[in-house]
Amino acid sequence: MSTIAVPVARPPLWRRLVGFNLLAGIALGIIGYVIGQWIGGRFTGVNIAYYSKTAGQNDIAIMLGYFFGVVGFLIGMGFANYPIQRMLGYPPTLAEHEAEEEGVGRYFRLCTDHKVVAIQYLVGIGVFFFIGGLNAMLIRTELLQPNTHVFGANQYLTLVGMHGTMMMGMMTSGILGPFANWVVPPMIGARRMAFPRIESFTFWLLMAAGVVLITTIFFGGFQTGWTGYQPLGDQNTAGYDAYIGFFALVGVSMTLLGLNLAVTIISMRAPGMTWTRLPIFVWSVLATAALMFLAAPMLIAALLMGAMDRTIQTAFYVAGQGGSSYLFQNLFWVFGHPEVYIVALPGFGIVLELLPVFARKPLWGYRLAVSGMLGVGLLSFFVWQHHLFVSGINADLRPFYMLSTELISLPTGFTFLCFMGTLWRGRIRFTVPMLFCLAWAFNFLFGGISGVFLSDVPSDVTTHGSFFSMAHFHYTIMGGLVFTFFAAIYYWVPKMTGFNLSERLGKVHFWTMFLAFNSTFAPLFALGFMGMPRRVVTYNPSFQALNDWASVSAFILGISMLIFLYNVVWSLLIKREPAEANPWHSKSPEWQLATPVPVYDFERTPVFDPDPYPYGVEPVPVGRPVVAPAGGQA
Amino acid sequence: MDHPAAGSTGMPEVNEPNHFLRIVLWWLVVSVIGTALVVFVLGPGLPPGNGSVEASGQVTDNTVLLALSVPVAAAVLVYLTYALIVFREREPEVYVDGPPIRGNASIQLWWLVTTTVIVLFLAGYGSIRLLADGSGGGQGPNPIAAPAASSSDPPLQVQVIAQQWQFNYRFPGYGGVEVPDLELPANTLVEFHVTSLDVIHSFWAYQLGVKADANPGVDNVAYVTTKGPLSVNIRCAELCGVWHGYMFETAHVVSKADFATWIRAQETRFAPATKTLPPYSKTYFPPPERRGG
Repeated sequence: MSTIAVPVARPPLWRRLVGFNLLAGIALGIIGYVIGQWIGGRFTGVNIAYYSKTAGQNDIAIMLGYFFGVVGFLIGMGFANYPIQRMLGYPPTLAEHEAEEEGVGRYFRLCTDHKVVAIQYLVGIGVFFFIGGLNAMLIRTELLQPNTHVFGANQYLTLVGMHGTMMMGMMTSGILGPFANWVVPPMIGARRMAFPRIESFTFWLLMAAGVVLITTIFFGGFQTGWTGYQPLGDQNTAGYDAYIGFFALVGVSMTLLGLNLAVTIISMRAPGMTWTRLPIFVWSVLATAALMFLAAPMLIAALLMGAMDRTIQTAFYVAGQGGSSYLFQNLFWVFGHPEVYIVALPGFGIVLELLPVFARKPLWGYRLAVSGMLGVGLLSFFVWQHHLFVSGINADLRPFYMLSTELISLPTGFTFLCFMGTLWRGRIRFTVPMLFCLAWAFNFLFGGISGVFLSDVPSDVTTHGSFFSMAHFHYTIMGGLVFTFFAAIYYWVPKMTGFNLSERLGKVHFWTMFLAFNSTFAPLFALGFMGMPRRVVTYNPSFQALNDWASVSAFILGISMLIFLYNVVWSLLIKREPAEANPWHSKSPEWQLATPVPVYDFERTPVFDPDPYPYGVEPVPVGRPVVAPAGGQA
Repeated sequence: MDHPAAGSTGMPEVNEPNHFLRIVLWWLVVSVIGTALVVFVLGPGLPPGNGSVEASGQVTDNTVLLALSVPVAAAVLVYLTYALIVFREREPEVYVDGPPIRGNASIQLWWLVTTTVIVLFLAGYGSIRLLADGSGGGQGPNPIAAPAASSSDPPLQVQVIAQQWQFNYRFPGYGGVEVPDLELPANTLVEFHVTSLDVIHSFWAYQLGVKADANPGVDNVAYVTTKGPLSVNIRCAELCGVWHGYMFETAHVVSKADFATWIRAQETRFAPATKTLPPYSKTYFPPPERRGG
């Protein structure tokens, strides 16, 4: 995207295609998969020649195929080069395709520039977001009628599982991947992340995981939903191996992404960037990163035990043989509940970061906002059994989990208070990012209030596992995360790409999406109250009117995404109107960089003023690059 | 931050209207109307209806929660609407900053106190309601909250055996007969023992306000006190495999006399099958079939 002229003559095309890049990654990935299958076949005494007969049954071969395939892919991408070079005694270097290489090629290989990785993340996650959204469209198509009419029960449940798994797995990194990777270094005055190779690794691992998940359709799909409860997963066909492979790889990617971001924020802040001067978005990233590397290992462990149950016949989750189905539920939700805050917290950060820009005021209650985010993060580890209120596990602890769950509304309320306080007597500008932030408040309010019904055990007895809880988490996750995801896109993409997005199309996109979203999910609260359980392919014919309403609204929601896609293609690829350096007149550090942003962001380490949000005060804008003191961090 | 949170008061300037007072008044109006509508119009229709004592209790609970959430939602929505209209930028061409208000200690304190009181009330209220009768939810093998049973009339024990993809019901008080359809006597305390033979299911009797997960190897107890005759929709509420969507049926609450007739007929009808059944037990472990791998 950069327009800096490269004087060096470019090598011929074939020379650029051969090397450690996506092509080599795919080739080695396929070879690795076959090798894994072959070893698995040896292991279980199945000849590779009978592959077509045994595929879909031999879980050991499929698991090993996925494992070797992913390893091969990563080797092909060039992730083994650095360790091997170091082991052979070559000096360390960070030069991989960074300064010397411009153009499109670096987006298809290991690149250690945080800005490139961020755009890779944005596009890669965007693709899977659209696939997941397409699954949702198909789900709503099936639910147009109370009986099966388009898909069979198996296909329908696979769609439900793919939609949930893809959204929860991919969109976990939906804000941290693209936006934290891009924005955090300039915000804290660093030129790169702490571990640039690991930064790139998390992205390519996530993409490999996404492909693994999609391969489930070749092995019969999985009928377990995104929760993948055992022992249902244990009796599933081989499609469930893809679920395990996907989520375990996503868990690794999440852990590393969280560690990388946390280390960057803790140790790479420029001189003068003290904790109380951090932009609020960086605080939300730090809280999320901590949740990521604390919670995700639990998921990996739970899934590995599931994989062992399936392959080498252990019985962690098989009740009749000494295991317990509770064990998986427990382990899954110890990860799963922090996970939903991993998804929600970056949204809080985006909203509170953007609000001062468009209300032209400092953030109201900075310390309160920080303590709110840290409080949500801490409490999220103590609430997981509210997912098991009617399961009969630890029934006498339910009052405690009811209290801890409802306590989370205190720190969440802090975020709302800061949101409202920042608007107070501001000069509110209704730009597209601002509209998405305001929609967050509306959606998350209803998401939170419906959560109170689910946290209250007597009320939860009816709403548990019904469309009510489904509507609830769509209001919090889609209304909370996806709306702020788009706010961040409209806000930061002009800086990231150097081109403006169309404001008019953005507003059309916003209003279509906002109205269709509420029109889709509000009726689902009513359906849950009326007794419609989740993940069913048939329902009571008396529910059809509301379901059809939700389906038609969902299709309009889908159309709103196409409007967005059209905006992206038109504005970024066809029209290409260069963006100003600071179109929003923002005072945060990343907007003080030049557009397009040079490879190493800034020439000298910036020194930060004491005020992260200097709106309405004179004279110095924050983050103005000034000469660093001698010995400043490079 | 170098700026103390309470440094700026946020008090309106001299010739500005009193925004705070206006917002409070609007909030009062919206809350009173909204709460009244919720309690008197929406309340009686809230789920799961009055099919059992526990279900009625849940209706009360839902009404209380909804009535409480109206003022909370109204506070945020009224404030946002007011702020977006009154504090909007009227000349967007010029970039002018608002006043640098960074917080207000007393507002933050009041917010914290108010939300804490609401949350503690909700948790306390919910716990008291839950511990009074169990609210129809599954409570595991050692239930801590059971509705009071009349001493002359011990609770009717019904074992719900879930398997892919149906529920069967076993009556230990009637020779351990196992039947595929459920009828229950009216005005009786029923003690459900929910278990599963294969994967996790969830026994959901909507009109009775009962939901209890069926885990293999677990005895999950739920109580319900039936009222008058009623048709009850039974659905599985936990994804249990391909035909989860078809795991539903209709149960009936009938008069005590009708129930006595029905259960006797079932005992006779299923007598040959009852002999071949394993003896009544809290949990069952059918021999495992060949597992995956």
